[in-house]
Amino acid sequence: MAAEVFTLADLTRIVLEAAGGGESVDWGDEKVLDTEFEALGYESLALLETGGRIEREYGISLDDEALSDMPTPRALIETVNAHLSAAARTV
Amino acid sequence: MSGAAAVFTGMGVAAPNGLGADHWWAATCGGTSGIGRLTRFDPSGYPSKLAGQVPGFVAGDHLPSRLLPQTDRMTRMALAAADWALADAGIDPAALPAFDMGVVTASSSGGFEFGQEELRKLWSQGASHVSAYQSFAWFYAVNSGQISIRNGMKGPAGVVVSDQAGGLDALAQARRLIRRGTALIVAGAVDASLCPWGWVAQQTSGRLSTSEEPQGAYLPFDAGACGYVPGEGGALLIMESAQAARRRGARVYGELAGYGATMDPAPGLGRPPALRRAAQVALDDAGVTAGEVDAVFADAAASADLDEVEAEAIGALFGPHGVPVTAPKTMTGRLYSGAAPLDVAGALLAIRDQLIPPTVHTRARPAYRLDLVARQPRPAAVRTVLVLARGHGGFNSAAVIRAAGQEDAARP
Amino acid sequence: MSGRRVVITGMEVIAPGGVGMKEFWSLISEGRTATRSITFFDPAPFRSKVAAEIDFDPHARGLTPQEVRRMDRAAQLAVVAARGAVADSGLDMEAGDPAQVGVTVGSAVGATMGLDTEYRVVSDGGRLDLVDHRYAAPHLYSHLVPSSFTAEVAWAVGAEGPSTVVSTGCTSGIDSIGYAAELVREGSAQVMVAGSSDAPISPITMACFDAIKATTPRADDPASASRPFDGTRNGFVLGEGTAFVVLEELEAARKRGAHLYAEVAGYATRSNAYHMTGLRPDGAEMAEAIKVALGEARMEPDALDYINAHGSGTKQNDRHETAAFKRALGRRALSVPISSIKSMVGHSLGAIGSIEIAASALAMEYQVVPPTANLHTRDPECDLDYVPLVAREVAVDAVLSVGSGFGGFQSAMVLARPERSVR
Repeated sequence: MAAEVFTLADLTRIVLEAAGGGESVDWGDEKVLDTEFEALGYESLALLETGGRIEREYGISLDDEALSDMPTPRALIETVNAHLSAAARTV
Repeated sequence: MSGAAAVFTGMGVAAPNGLGADHWWAATCGGTSGIGRLTRFDPSGYPSKLAGQVPGFVAGDHLPSRLLPQTDRMTRMALAAADWALADAGIDPAALPAFDMGVVTASSSGGFEFGQEELRKLWSQGASHVSAYQSFAWFYAVNSGQISIRNGMKGPAGVVVSDQAGGLDALAQARRLIRRGTALIVAGAVDASLCPWGWVAQQTSGRLSTSEEPQGAYLPFDAGACGYVPGEGGALLIMESAQAARRRGARVYGELAGYGATMDPAPGLGRPPALRRAAQVALDDAGVTAGEVDAVFADAAASADLDEVEAEAIGALFGPHGVPVTAPKTMTGRLYSGAAPLDVAGALLAIRDQLIPPTVHTRARPAYRLDLVARQPRPAAVRTVLVLARGHGGFNSAAVIRAAGQEDAARP
Repeated sequence: MSGRRVVITGMEVIAPGGVGMKEFWSLISEGRTATRSITFFDPAPFRSKVAAEIDFDPHARGLTPQEVRRMDRAAQLAVVAARGAVADSGLDMEAGDPAQVGVTVGSAVGATMGLDTEYRVVSDGGRLDLVDHRYAAPHLYSHLVPSSFTAEVAWAVGAEGPSTVVSTGCTSGIDSIGYAAELVREGSAQVMVAGSSDAPISPITMACFDAIKATTPRADDPASASRPFDGTRNGFVLGEGTAFVVLEELEAARKRGAHLYAEVAGYATRSNAYHMTGLRPDGAEMAEAIKVALGEARMEPDALDYINAHGSGTKQNDRHETAAFKRALGRRALSVPISSIKSMVGHSLGAIGSIEIAASALAMEYQVVPPTANLHTRDPECDLDYVPLVAREVAVDAVLSVGSGFGGFQSAMVLARPERSVR
């Protein structure tokens, strides 16, 4: 089974649902990929809610420390994709 | 008792008959009711179908989108009302020392609609579907916490729950904190649990009206009293020490001059209810006699037994037809902890405009011997107002609101 | 502020590990723990599977079948503990004026357990959006608005004075006693029956703390799952419980020959105005609350003999609190014994504050500081004297008890032995 791919667009949708912020962050600009979540105004709770929604929607389980270890959208997207391809391999 | 007088310098209102203090007060003096058939969900399967719903509140117009996923409707309205109250008082919180500002709110049921959604996810989808925000979005302390965060207020915070009486208990606690040295407190309450789960829970009090006629559903003191209509909303008020308000040249609406709180005796003891005593304690605390009171804002439960208790208490204190009595909440429904702060806002504006707002739709039973301000607002010299509030389980609270400029008058 | 001083003249505690103040003190002074695998429901679907539960039989504790039916578990606990505290005080409530007796009950989450159960029924397992009123319990309104707890306690002890519920999250227990002490001090009541109660061990509470990873996922060794200040700590253990005290004005209490456990010498609460669940590492607002409470007690940091810490066992809290102690107390922070009884009885949210006030008063009573259990591994960020594992006999004349909670609330209370406190 081919692995699903988690994109910036997916992350954007989930973050806006989970934690809002559409008016203050330009998610259409790829510069956000390497801007730290904290600088984008998303703190621990926003990331926990975002992580929880990703886990439920994609059926993966992120490590407890994963969210705090992924300071940027790029790092989070890469981690989610690594989980998705791992899941695809085990199917 | 001693210490600084506590005055009101700002108000923010979200009420079923008006969003914002100006709209609400105009509707209230005009006798415009906000009670109607529930639209938030389909009430046709429930015994009670009418409520006071706040019209036209679009949270995104008032709050950043980041606050929306983590807040219940009642918190959103409370945050907006706090903003309006601060603006009304001419306060920029960022310009004041953080530890000199505090927040005291009352709550009855917390963010119950938020809680319903998370309970639904828990039981229909599983534990992992529960939101990260559930840990605080529904709890009773949420409005004090969110208001303090939004406005950078690091002074003392408080949260009280005493059903409908709690709205006055919050203002009294704010006065205590001001007396002990905090310059400014955001105080009051906004409540809302107009969701199916909250609705069903409210029905079990046995005191809700089942009438489907908006003009005949909530008739306190009337021979046809048949229970109350619940509503949502309330008011947040800015309270300051009289000294601090004077120093910054603030417009002062009035003073929280007196307060008293009691519990009714346990059911079955055969001892008298304690509402009258709460009012007497508040009058004594304010150092005013019953004869100096110009109007009473009644609790107005609209159940014959509770109406009788309140009418007797008012009669015992003021004599038959001894004081104008009003219940503008006949236009909003009972707002739980939001009701009394809204009544205090009404008392302050009655003092400002020398106008007692009316009670609508109801005709007081002659046996109660009340001078009810019915249908039309009544122009009157209003300097001192008594506000009464009762909560399920026997809570009685009373507050004396007095015109500005008398804060230094002799007090006991 | 008037000169009236407020003292604790009666107490009762119902905590995990034992019903009653004696059982409670035995547990915490011996360093035993009452955390275990959850038995109230199947914990399998949850990230955190441990809790500190009470083996509590309300019928055996004097509640009638009707009282048991209409009250949430937290209200049941509160009524039994409040009655116990009044009995312990020796006050004759029949002889006194009920108008002069008030009640405050602290509770963070009210009737959560009852609401969780009843929601499941009226929604038919979460399937009905328009929940079915025909299946609603007749007492559901009392669960909706938790001031019912205070009404029940007032009825049980015969109080008709100023009464309310104080609900400031996890500082509710301290704030309830602080609120009540102020009513006695200002003369609004002669006697206050004050405490707190929470019984949150239900699926919705477990799920909401799972979602923010606040509770520990450690399941292998439930008895040592709560590890405040330990380097391996990874979250708190949810608990339940209640404690009540009887507060009176000092001279009135002396006149009637009451036993004086402690004076409520100082109290303050502040907000961090920062985050609903997060804490800034500097602890500035808790430090401010501590300084104000000490100032009210007219005490210098050196006068403190013991600190009963919030010590929840989350990474963030214990670091925050350690910083706050250093900030508020300076060098005294480095030498004063500090402990967290949450290591033994878990974290019962709004209830724990009153339980910790009771523990603080008992530390003065017995001149023994209870330990922090399960503290084996040093954390460089928590470098104070947390009294690991074993209780310590020291002279205890003044105690600081602190709490920190969601909403950003930080509270501090100073208790002093009345015979020693000097103004």
